[in-house]
Amino acid sequence: MKKEVLVSDIAPTESCRHPDMTNLLRIINKHNAAGGGLIAILGEIQDEYGYLPEDVLRIVSDQSGRSLVDIYGVATFYRSFSLKPRGRHLVCACLGTACHVRGAPRIVDELERQLGIKAGETTADKEFTLETVNCLGACALGPVVVIDGRYFSKVRQSRVGQLLDEARNGFDSAEAAKDKRIFALNVNCPHCNCGVMDETFALDGLPSIKVNVSHGGKEGALWLSCLYGSYSVAAEFDIPANVIVPFCCPHCERELTSASTCSMCSAPMVHMLVQGGGTIQICSRRGCRNHMLDVA
Amino acid sequence: MITLRINGLDVTVEKGTTVLEAARFLGFPIPTLCHMEGLSPYGACRLCVVEIGQEPRTRLVSSCTYPAEEGLKVRTASARVLKARKMILELLLASCPQSKIIQDLASAHGIRTQRFKQEHEDCILCGLCVRMCEEQMMAKAIGFRNRGEKRSIGTPFDVKSDACRQCGGCIYVCPACQLRCTYAEPEKAICGGCANLSPPCVEKEPFDDMMCYMDPCVACEIDKKIDKR
Repeated sequence: MKKEVLVSDIAPTESCRHPDMTNLLRIINKHNAAGGGLIAILGEIQDEYGYLPEDVLRIVSDQSGRSLVDIYGVATFYRSFSLKPRGRHLVCACLGTACHVRGAPRIVDELERQLGIKAGETTADKEFTLETVNCLGACALGPVVVIDGRYFSKVRQSRVGQLLDEARNGFDSAEAAKDKRIFALNVNCPHCNCGVMDETFALDGLPSIKVNVSHGGKEGALWLSCLYGSYSVAAEFDIPANVIVPFCCPHCERELTSASTCSMCSAPMVHMLVQGGGTIQICSRRGCRNHMLDVA
Repeated sequence: MITLRINGLDVTVEKGTTVLEAARFLGFPIPTLCHMEGLSPYGACRLCVVEIGQEPRTRLVSSCTYPAEEGLKVRTASARVLKARKMILELLLASCPQSKIIQDLASAHGIRTQRFKQEHEDCILCGLCVRMCEEQMMAKAIGFRNRGEKRSIGTPFDVKSDACRQCGGCIYVCPACQLRCTYAEPEKAICGGCANLSPPCVEKEPFDDMMCYMDPCVACEIDKKIDKR
């Protein structure tokens, strides 16, 4: 129940106008070995922003001592890097020889028809980006479609709509419903014992846990998935990775502190009561997944 | 020191010398487009192909990138080499028909007709300008972008590069660049129109009975294209 995927309504382009320098420097210094590591740097930046923004590439050039020409050459060479903002969900259809003879062009046509875009484009609502690849190396399973990193084999035209719907709702929620290890927790504030569940904001298809957070002079709501094992979060404003934020109860405004610190990153833990008995503690550092559940 | 045999002549060269340099030292002409002294060898244009090894196991290699080996047998103008070189030239000519350098090489190799569709690419991706910019001008303002059929040379993001000092080195070394041979737009021409094409084309007069070694004529083709627009 921690912040991992930031599903905020902040558009990717918004956050890139002011690139987070400390985070960029961390990425660059982590991989910037002598003469190597460029692809690792670009890969991590793409994970962060969803694409490779021009001003970020210029910063990488300044900070890593590589020329912009080399970075741009690598960024345009590989199909997996994108210089244009991509949608929230990336749909990748294989058009390799084996998939092609098994009817991949029809799948691409169907995807294009249902999404209303051509291959290589992004829908106007920034939900889907459709791309084609020339081979994914899973020829026996063709036609292969990859959506958000999940592989779907022997895709038929009739299944396309269902796959897009599942992608829209998030594959995690679909799987969470089936997986017995993932269950929902309803929690209360330990100070005022008020429920902090927000029925109006759904995450993973269930009411979310609403807390108030503040960072960098801004205050706002943070919604955590109530599913134990899911790390989906949404926030009113962008919280950079590795930042420790104070969590407060939305009712009594008191901080949800705990006496203990995180065993993995030694950040303060956040303490909440589980309805029906027990406590849950989660780490307050963004990106850290450490948590402790103690059910009575 | 390494001794190798080029076209039946033994030559001793220092270690690290390329076959191209050794052959030129002996005076054997090998045409090149992407090779230039002072720039690192690149092997892009493949015009400098030579045949190495002994019958029946010979193979074609680009001599500008192949280092001399002890006892290597090289032929720079065998039938197989000439055939391959002619084909390469025809393909280069198809992608950049307006380049004077390629036209001259083609006519020197006995190419009289255009077999392939003319693409008018303005670039053969030989990388001379990229290496010139990086190695001689120390600028690194231009480089290769994309790959496959979309590969192109230019500045990152297609905007004016801060690293570019507008030295003109890239244009100077370019064997295909239109800036050196703009016969179709005479008012912008720099080199004054190219020798092969000037009689029938620059004046835009009907020279129907004029001898032109190119059939179809490159400039006439461009002329037609402009007319269509």
